[in-house]
Amino acid sequence: MSAVIELHDVVALYGSHPALAGATLRVNRGEIIVVRGPNGAGKSSLLRLCAGLVAPSRGTAVVLDHDLSVDRDRVGKRVGLLGQRNGLFLDLSAAENVQFWGQLSGASAAEMSEAMQRMGITNSLATRRVGSMSTGQRKRVALACLVTRRAELWLLDEPHSGLDASGRDELDEVLRQAANAGATIVLASHESERAERLGARVVSMSGGQVVS
Amino acid sequence: MNSLGTGGVAWHVAMKDLRIEWRGRVVINQVLPFAALVMVAFAFALDSDAVLQRTAGGLVWLATMFSTFLIVQRSYAADVDDGALESLRAAGIDMQGVFLGKSLAVMVELFLLQCVLVLVGFVLYDVQMSLSGWGMLLVTMVGATLGLGFVGVLYGGLIAGAGYRETLLPLLVLPVVAPVLLAATRATESAIGVSGLTIADGWPWVGILFVFAGIFGLGGLLSFDSVVEG
Repeated sequence: MSAVIELHDVVALYGSHPALAGATLRVNRGEIIVVRGPNGAGKSSLLRLCAGLVAPSRGTAVVLDHDLSVDRDRVGKRVGLLGQRNGLFLDLSAAENVQFWGQLSGASAAEMSEAMQRMGITNSLATRRVGSMSTGQRKRVALACLVTRRAELWLLDEPHSGLDASGRDELDEVLRQAANAGATIVLASHESERAERLGARVVSMSGGQVVS
Repeated sequence: MNSLGTGGVAWHVAMKDLRIEWRGRVVINQVLPFAALVMVAFAFALDSDAVLQRTAGGLVWLATMFSTFLIVQRSYAADVDDGALESLRAAGIDMQGVFLGKSLAVMVELFLLQCVLVLVGFVLYDVQMSLSGWGMLLVTMVGATLGLGFVGVLYGGLIAGAGYRETLLPLLVLPVVAPVLLAATRATESAIGVSGLTIADGWPWVGILFVFAGIFGLGGLLSFDSVVEG
């Protein structure tokens, strides 16, 4: 099976602080991976590195066949990163946000509409200003933007936080559908039961390393 | 994925920024009254028709420059509040297009603001001008808008993720845009005909405005991605 992420002994520094201290990981196409670990373990840094936002200082990091030491600018177009912030424009409506991201990615109007429907963004919610939405609703808008971008690799940092029980189940369904459609999904999460529900492989991090 | 080119990205980013401004009406409800108040304050402080008529050009451009900071800060606040600027970078969106789009939106807002400020200033300070003077002033406004827009967006991007960006922006940008303030003021004085200056005296200053805009436009295009990443 082909590898989407292949990290070997990767070190990434924030200033002089090693956010990743020799991380090694292989993720295959179509897999769902849940990355667990305490705060400061390096989960978010791992996602940011895979998105091409952080350069490896040492080791080998290949994502979607791009060597991040030399080629990380080209990874972004094929990766969808949903970090601890949602990357939305709070003064625009949900539909306007999806439209903006969809247009930048060359998505059709039908694809944008389908993405919003999949995330349950319809009628009054679609025209509501994102700044006035709950955390869970914003997350759904952000995921709809991600769907319109047709990313091959989804990197999600605590995507279930702020969602109610039904919202979490809906998100799980979206993630399963995306994986079935060929997307590879890596999500950082504190919730161990979430991995079981998703049928995901669990990876643990500590001190900037993948420990199991 | 069928991503857009630089022009397409610029267009969508500009439309997005203008839509956000139209929704919030910050320029109309806050920046414009602020700039008008600055000009009224100048009128009270100088308190002499002769002095005001002689300095009208400089006062209009000072008010414009202060307003530029507010417009640029507003433009970036919408992008950094929820991490959208970083998401644009992470998504591999053409950052040259983002630079051009943000610059275009800032320039549109700035130009419309200038139109109002010039009219307010000339009425308030009782300035008379010939038709050819108005022509020169229009070209001056275009050149100054380009320069202020490019510099504002470039430096705004540099400090977008920084703390205290509200105070950092004027500190960084004021020295850089000093040539714009000087050239626009001299060109405007020539357009008005202050102290015996003629229209012909103003064109070299207008030229400086466009050279300045060209340098920072090109510089911004080449460096914006690295500047925002920093």
